[in-house]
Amino acid sequence: MKVKEILTEKEGGKLFLLGNEAAVRGALESGVSLVSTYPGTPSSEIGNVFYKIANDAGVYFEFSSNEKVALEVSAAAAASGLRSFVFMKHVGLNVAADSFMSTVYTGVKGGMIVLSADDPSMYSSQNEQDNRIMARLGGIPLLEPSNPQEVKDLMKFGFELSEKYEIPVLMRTTTRISHMRGVVELGPVVKGKEKGFFQKNPGQYVVMPAYAVKMREKLMNKLGMIKEDANHSSLNKTIDMGGKSLGIVTSGGAYNYVMDVVNENDLKVKILKLAFSHPFPEKLVLDFISSVDNILVVEEVEPVMENEILAIIGKNNLDKKVHGKLDGTLPRIYEYNPDIISLGMAKIVDKKIKKREKFVTKLPLPLRPPVLCPGCPHRATSFALKKAIKKLKIKEEDIIYSSDIGCYALAIQEPYKMADYCISMGSSIGIGCGFAKATDQKVISFIGDSTFFHAGMAGLVNAVHNKDNLLLVIQDNRITGMTGGQTNPGTPLDGMGNPAPEVSLEGIAKGSGADFVKTVDPFNMKETEQVFKDALQCNGVAVVITKHPCAMLTDAKNRKKGINIKYFVNQEKCINCMICVKDFTCPAFYIEKDGSVNINPLLCDGCGVCVQVCPKKAIEVKE
Amino acid sequence: MKNIYKIQLIGVGGQGTIKASTIIGEAAMKKGLNVVMSEVHGMAQRGGTVVTEFKIGDADSPLIEEGAADLMIAFEPTEALRAINKVNADTYVIVNRSPIVPFTVSLGISEYPQLSQVFNELGSKIEHLFIIDAQKMAKEAGNIISENMVLLGAACATPNFPISKELIIQSMQENLPPKSLKINLLAFEKGFSEIKKGNN
Repeated sequence: MKVKEILTEKEGGKLFLLGNEAAVRGALESGVSLVSTYPGTPSSEIGNVFYKIANDAGVYFEFSSNEKVALEVSAAAAASGLRSFVFMKHVGLNVAADSFMSTVYTGVKGGMIVLSADDPSMYSSQNEQDNRIMARLGGIPLLEPSNPQEVKDLMKFGFELSEKYEIPVLMRTTTRISHMRGVVELGPVVKGKEKGFFQKNPGQYVVMPAYAVKMREKLMNKLGMIKEDANHSSLNKTIDMGGKSLGIVTSGGAYNYVMDVVNENDLKVKILKLAFSHPFPEKLVLDFISSVDNILVVEEVEPVMENEILAIIGKNNLDKKVHGKLDGTLPRIYEYNPDIISLGMAKIVDKKIKKREKFVTKLPLPLRPPVLCPGCPHRATSFALKKAIKKLKIKEEDIIYSSDIGCYALAIQEPYKMADYCISMGSSIGIGCGFAKATDQKVISFIGDSTFFHAGMAGLVNAVHNKDNLLLVIQDNRITGMTGGQTNPGTPLDGMGNPAPEVSLEGIAKGSGADFVKTVDPFNMKETEQVFKDALQCNGVAVVITKHPCAMLTDAKNRKKGINIKYFVNQEKCINCMICVKDFTCPAFYIEKDGSVNINPLLCDGCGVCVQVCPKKAIEVKE
Repeated sequence: MKNIYKIQLIGVGGQGTIKASTIIGEAAMKKGLNVVMSEVHGMAQRGGTVVTEFKIGDADSPLIEEGAADLMIAFEPTEALRAINKVNADTYVIVNRSPIVPFTVSLGISEYPQLSQVFNELGSKIEHLFIIDAQKMAKEAGNIISENMVLLGAACATPNFPISKELIIQSMQENLPPKSLKINLLAFEKGFSEIKKGNN
C-alpha cells in the first residue's frame, strides 16, 4: 500500500491499515477541515500521514508547537463550524488539559474529536496514565475502539455525536490499537468545508465565572442525554456464548484478548463490549450484570469500569461478585495479552484453560537498548561537553544534568551518563532553576529544538528573571527526531510541507536576556568544546545552541544525492586506545575477534566526527 | 476451535521486519482472509528489538499466546532466542545466520553468546529449524538490504504457510519501490528455493 491510497482508495475498497492510518481515513470520510497535533508516540503516524496527504485532501494540517496549542487551534475551528481533529499521546493531554477542560464547557459547533493514544506498558512513555479518567474529569463522551476498522467507524460516529450535542468527543486508543494493522472496509471520502464563520456568543465561549456556572449546568444536562444514547448505542454490544455464570465487561484492546481466550477455550460466557463507554451506560450495564451470576471486568490500565460497576451494584443492592483488578484476578499494571487473560480466567471459571508449554533459554542475550544513531549530532555535543568539563576539572558529582524528552536523553547511557533528572516535556529548564536555587552544584539543562518550542521557553524566561546560574544546551537537530522526524517551528517547512518561516532559537534566547548565547556546529568539535568551556565559566544563564541536522535528515539527503561516504580504521595507525568505542560510542564501531577496532560500513553514516575524536588520526575516508 | 495461523517476526531495528510483515498481511487480505497484526514503532526502533506478530484467520488480537506460533521468522540469531517463549517443538522456525552484535557488547555491559551455542539451543528445542545465510543470498541478489525478502521467501516455502507464492509476489510489487523490485524478487526466490531444496 502507498500512503496516498489512504486518501484515494475508493468506497467499498479494503486497505490493510494501521489503527493510526484508519483514524486518518475516518477523519477524511467525515469531512474534516482542520487537523492539528504535537507528535507523540503512539499517535505519531496519524500526523505523518496527514503531512503527506493534507494538501491533496484539501485539509488544513499543522504540527502545532505543543498539544495545548494544537487543541486550541482545533477548538476554534470547531467553534467556527468546521469539523476538527486533534490527536496526541496520553501525556500530551496533560499539556492540553487546561484548554481541554474548558472546551468541554464551551462546547463546539462543528464536530471535534480529541484522540488520546495511551501507552500501557510504557513502550515510549514516562507513565502509564489512563485517559479514560480524563474523560470523567472533564465530562466528555468517550469512545474506545478495539481495532483499525472500529477506529475508522468510531471517528465517523464521534463527529456526529459531537455535533448532535455540541460537545467535543474523546477517543482513547492504546499502543496496541494505534499500532495494530487490520483489514479496513472503506466508505466514501467527504470534502470538508473550506472556511467556517464564528458567530459571536460570549455567553458560550468566554469562561468568566458568571458564564462558567451556567456552562457547568448545561454540561451536566448534556451528559445526562448522552448517557441515554450510550445505553441504547449499538456500539455497546452483548455477545452471548451460551452461558450465564460469568459475564465479562470489557473495552478497547482488552476485548480482543478476551475474545481469543474465550474462543480458544470454548467458554460459555456472556460478554458486554463497551465502545461508547462514557458517560457510563448505567442502565445497559445494570441489565447485563443482572443477567449473569458473576462479573469479570477486563480493561487496560486502571479499574475504571470496575469501579463504575461496583457503584452500580452498591446503588442497586445487588449480590454479585466482581472480579478484575481490585480483587487481584488480573494485574493492575502494564498492558494485557491473551496469556495474562488466560491466567486470570483460570482463577474464576470451572473449565480448565488451555496452557501451553513455554520454552525458556538460559543463554545470555545481548542487551539492545535504544541508542543514538550513527552520525547523531547529540553524540558529538555530549562528547565535546564532557571534554570541556574534564578540562575545567569540574567533578561529575558537582554537576546535575537535567535532561528532557527527546533523543538526547539517550545520553543517560554509559559512558556519558548525562541525564540525572527528566520528567516531562520542557521540564529540564524549570527543574534546572530549582536545582540552581537549592544547591551549589553546576546545573546543565538539555533540551531539543522542538521541546524548547513546546514548553521550554517559559523555563528560560524564568531562569533569566530569577537570576539562576545554569547552562542550557539547546540541541537543535532541525527536526522533531524521536517521534520519527516531524517539522517544528524551527523548520523551514510547515505541517503540509509548504515553506514556512523558521523561528530563531538564538533570537528567542537573546530576547530573553540570557547572559551568554552562542550557536555552534557540534560537528566542529574543537570550537564546540571551547564554547562549552566559556559557557561553563559564565555566571548566570548561558545558552549554547548546538545546531546540526538529525542524522535521519542527512542520511535521506545523501541517499537522494547518491553520496556514500564511509570511514574505516587504518590498522597500522590504530593503537587500540578504544576512545572511539568506549568514550565516543558510535554504534558503527565494533571489535573484531582479533581485538582490532573496525567500522561496520552498513552502519557508518559518513559523518566523520570520529576522525576528530581519534588521537592517532587512524580513521580515514574510504576511497 | 477456530482456524488461526500465527506468525511471529523478530529482528533488529532497520532490518525491514515491518515491511516483510506488511507484505504478508496485505497478501492475506487479498486472499480474503482476516488478518490482524501488531507492530512496534517509536523508541524501540533505534537499534532495539523489533517484533511483529500476527494472526491470520478468525482472531481478534494480534498478540500470540506463549508457545502458540505456527511460524517464526528471526532476522537475527539471538533474537530467535529472545522470542523462544512464543514457539513450540512443531513451530517452523527460520533463522538468519548473521549476528548483529549490539554496542553494549563492545562496551562490556552485555554478552553475545557463541553462535554455535545459539544454534544448538534452538536445535535442541525445535524440530523444523532452518538456519539460512540470508545476508549472503541478499548480497548475491544484488543488495544486502534485501535480507528481509530472502527470509520472506524462505517463510513462504514452509509447508503450512497459508498464502501462495503468487499472492506474496503480487504484494511485494505493491509494497516495494519499483527500482529495487528486481533485486528483491531475486532475493525472495533465493530464500524460497533454499527451503524447498531442503537445505538447512
